[in-house]
This record gives sequence, C-alpha cells and structure tokens, in this order.
Amino acid sequence: MKSIRYWTALLLLAAFPAAHAELEITVTGGAEAPLPIAIVPFSQVPDVQLDIAQVVENDLVRSGRFRALPRRDMLQRPNTPAQVDAATWRAQGIDNVVVGQVARSDTGYFARFFLIDSISGQQIMGYDVPARSIDQMRYVAHQIADLIYEKLLGQPGYFNTKIAYVSATGLSHQRTFQLIVADSDGENPRVVATSREPLMSPAWSPDRKQLAYVGYERGRSAVYLHTLATGEVKRLVSERGINGSPVFSPDGRYLALTLSFENNPDIYIIDLRSGTRRRLTDHYGIDTEPAWSPDGTKIAFTSDRGGQPQIYEIGIEGGDPRRLTFQGRQNLRPSYSPDGRSLVLVNLEGGRYRIGLLDLATGDMRLLSDGPLDESPSFAPGGAVVIYATQGARGAELATVSVDGRVRQSLRQASGDVREPAWSPLIR
Amino acid sequence: MNGKYWVPAVISVALMLGACGSTKERNPAGGTVPTQTSEPYTDRIAPAPAPVDGSYDAAAAAERALSTNIIYFDFDDSTIKPEYQGVIDAFASYLNANPTARVRLEGHADERGTREYNVGLGERRANAVQSALLAKGVSAQQISVISYGEERPADPGHDEAAWAKNRRVQIIRQ
Repeated sequence: MKSIRYWTALLLLAAFPAAHAELEITVTGGAEAPLPIAIVPFSQVPDVQLDIAQVVENDLVRSGRFRALPRRDMLQRPNTPAQVDAATWRAQGIDNVVVGQVARSDTGYFARFFLIDSISGQQIMGYDVPARSIDQMRYVAHQIADLIYEKLLGQPGYFNTKIAYVSATGLSHQRTFQLIVADSDGENPRVVATSREPLMSPAWSPDRKQLAYVGYERGRSAVYLHTLATGEVKRLVSERGINGSPVFSPDGRYLALTLSFENNPDIYIIDLRSGTRRRLTDHYGIDTEPAWSPDGTKIAFTSDRGGQPQIYEIGIEGGDPRRLTFQGRQNLRPSYSPDGRSLVLVNLEGGRYRIGLLDLATGDMRLLSDGPLDESPSFAPGGAVVIYATQGARGAELATVSVDGRVRQSLRQASGDVREPAWSPLIR
Repeated sequence: MNGKYWVPAVISVALMLGACGSTKERNPAGGTVPTQTSEPYTDRIAPAPAPVDGSYDAAAAAERALSTNIIYFDFDDSTIKPEYQGVIDAFASYLNANPTARVRLEGHADERGTREYNVGLGERRANAVQSALLAKGVSAQQISVISYGEERPADPGHDEAAWAKNRRVQIIRQ
C-alpha cells in the first residue's frame, strides 16, 4: 500500500472507533421571542427505532430560536397534512406544525415530512428525505431540522454537520490526546487520532473530507492531513521549529499555516496540489493563527509586532498588514463569519479572556462570553452561532453562544478535558 | 544522579585512612629492635593507593548544578531573569566541556492566551535560553528547540501559583 509511508508511528490510528465518552449538552437562555412549533411524533416502520421527531425537536430547541410544544400537550397526533386541524394548533399558540412518516423505499428508507402553517392551514414545505440504511436515520432527522430552520428563519441550518475537537484525559505522563469527530449534537463521537503527545488545531477542508491538525512526533511538531473516509494520514510539513495553525482556503486548494524554521513564527501558504509554499508575513514578532476570509482574498492573523498580540489582516498576495483590533489589552485567534463582515476572536481585558465579536465595518467589539479562560472561537456554518472552548467548573468544555449572546449551550465530556472545537462546513 | 560520584569518593577516603593506619606496620624494621605491637604481625599491605583526584568533587558539583534545569518566566515574557544566570552558566560549562553532549530546550507557556500563540511564546522562551547558551560559546549543533505551548503544564491548576510553574523552559540532556 503506497500510502503506508505516510502513517506515523506515534499517532495510533484505529479504524475510526467509537469514542467512549459522548458530549453532554446543556442549553441556557433563549431568543427573546422563540418561534412556537410542534413536532408531532412521526409514524415509523417498526425497524426504525430512532425517534426522528425527537431529534428534530432537540436540534431546533437547542438553537434557542424555537419553543416546542411538549408532546403531552398535543391534542392530536397527525402524520399527514390532511389530518392536521389547524385551528386546534392555532388555539394553543402554535404557528407551525411538523408532521411526517418514515417508510421503506426500494433503496432503503425515507422520511416524508411536511411543515404546515397553522394560521393559513397551508403546507409551507414538504420533502422526502432518503436514507440508504437505518444508521443514516439520525442524519435524515438533522437534515429535516436544517430544512425547517432555513425555511422559517432564512438562514441555513447547521444541524447536519460535525464538530471536531481534541480530548485530553489523564494527568502528566499518562495524558492521552484524542482527535474526535462527533455529530453537531455530540452523538456518534469517533476517534480520528490518538497520541501521548499533544494534538492541536484541527481544521476542516471545505469539502469536509479531510482534517488538518498538529501533532508531535519524536521531539518535532508536524501538520498532518487526515482523510476521514480512508483513515489515511499524510504528514504535510514538519520543519524545524513550529508547524502550527493549519487552515484551508475556502476553495480547498491551499493551506495557510504557521512555520518558524526561518527564525521566528510567520504565516505561510502551501499549494496542496503542487506542494510549493510561500511566506506571507515576515516580521520578527510572532505571527500565527491565520484565518482565511470567506472570499479567499485575505488572511487575518494574530501578531505581537506592536508589543501585545493583536489582530492584523493581509491580502493573500502579501503587502502591509493592517491592524484590525484596538480595544482590549490583547486580541488573538481570529475567525471570519461566513458573510465575511465580522470576526470572532479572543479578547483580553481586565485579566479575562473572553470571546469577542468584531464588526469589520464599524470596528465595534461586542463580548459574547464571560471568560475568564475562553478560547478557540469559530462560527458554526450559517453564522448564527459561535462555538468556543471554556474552562468549566469540572474541567475544560465546549460552549456555543448565539451571535446575539442570548442562547448558550455547554458541551461537556464526562471525563477529561475537551477543547479546540472546529465546526465542519455544511454539505453542499 | 550524584550517587555514582559518591562511591569512588568514599572508597578513596577509606583507602587513605587505611593507608595511614597501616604505616607503622608497613615499616616495622625501622630499628634493630622490633617494634612491639599489640597484635602479632600480619602482612596486611593494602593494594597500591589510588591517586585521589579533586576533580571528582568538581564533577559532583557540576552535576549538582545541572540538577536545576528549569528556567521560569514572567507572563507573556521571554526575558531570562538574573537569578537563572547560574543555570545558564552551568549548562554552558557542561556543553562546552562535553562537545558530544546535546540538550533539548522545551518551551512552555501557561494556559492563558490562545494555544497557538502560546506555542509561539514557548518557542520564544526556548530561543532566549538558546541564545544565552550560544553567547557562552556553546555550539548550535548541541541544542535543539521545541515548544509545547500550554499543552504540557507542570501544574494542572488554574491560578497564579500554577501558571508561574508552567511558564518555563526545561533543559533536557539527551
């Protein structure tokens, strides 16, 4: 097998085994006026055990944008639009009703669902969502949640996505690092890589087929490319010094990263097809943590060239970087919103590291979290939610916050620290 | 670590004491009258005295100096404080005296700030130690540098006491 030389001795890669610890999700807060909705239990063929409607409801409610009618309060349980008595739901203050069925098809299964406006009694949306096998039904449910979310809120749903993160368990020499990929609701965690040495900075390729990350091997760091479907690992670069902060370009052709072999940390761009690379920044300060703008033309990064770490922006052809942050003692680790209009970053002021949202047009900064040790922020696809890592009372955990700051979720692993979340792109 | 130098030192002292104690017996025929001893004469001549070299003590001292191999830093800072000059001097002497010896400088940061920036900071600290060693004449070939950022804390706590222990460069002999 030709790819065998890319496999590394210290990164023990099992065949995508299930991780034993799932993320537990807690939601706090909510939108000022969440949309009332009823997700009626679907009629399902008996071999499909998963409660599809419940998964859809959990997704929508966790977003903080919806309020779901409890099942015990449902006066009827229709499965088709014809069975829906709009007035009944309207009387309970429910604007939208979701009904559906799960049935067999020639190629597997499908869920047929309808979204009904109880004011007009009309169908707003209806789809057959296919699955080739039973284990795909959870993704069918997430897809339904995505479709409803987008139809009612006008923004893409982000439920049929994955989250990559790093888990660290055990202390000092017994510490084990794992790179894990789970569904957006924390289910189905899968171990992608395990190491006794630190694993860091996972980043998704835009087609979500690959993860780039940082590992250490025999006293050296390296940036690896892991192909999820095959488990193939390629050591992309392992120069003397730092090999860090990988991030894919929006078109997936390039990788920006931090290297220090030419004396101090600077930003480089690697062409993933040709393997050629070029240096983008050149300063004796620390330049690191590049983020690619969604239009592919700019890179924001952390630099302490001015004395303290602050955020700068540079065109991908180079030139003079422009400083973007002026509020706060330090600002670090930027990440662009999907529309390119804002950055999330880590802001230090008054001894607290908090997640900040910087409006690139106005320069206004809004703090989204309380700190004191928050880090690794990035947007969920769609841009309504920011995910980050925080130090909880029982260890390091992940958290999400809506961009208006109102809805928060914590994602905790029962044992060990979880950190460095990276939300996958949407499937296109 | 120091123990292996203690053993020859103790043996040497024992040999010296033994040599002194046996002087009379080794030269019993100084005059015509045999020297009266409380014990019958037996041939207890010790093996040839081992030369005692004071450098054993120097080696032990040098080894002791190398036992302090961690240099601590202030927050977001890579300046080597004067109190650690002795550590630099000890390792510079060791490396200069042992041209085949090598050290790895592991740079670390506390958990505050972002992970990749802290990798940069850890490297900057390790580079500061490297520069100090090079300035003392150590060959660059004898030094390697790696930064773990905040990934390998010495103290897993979340307060200033823990952070102070984590902002460090560890000099590892290889």
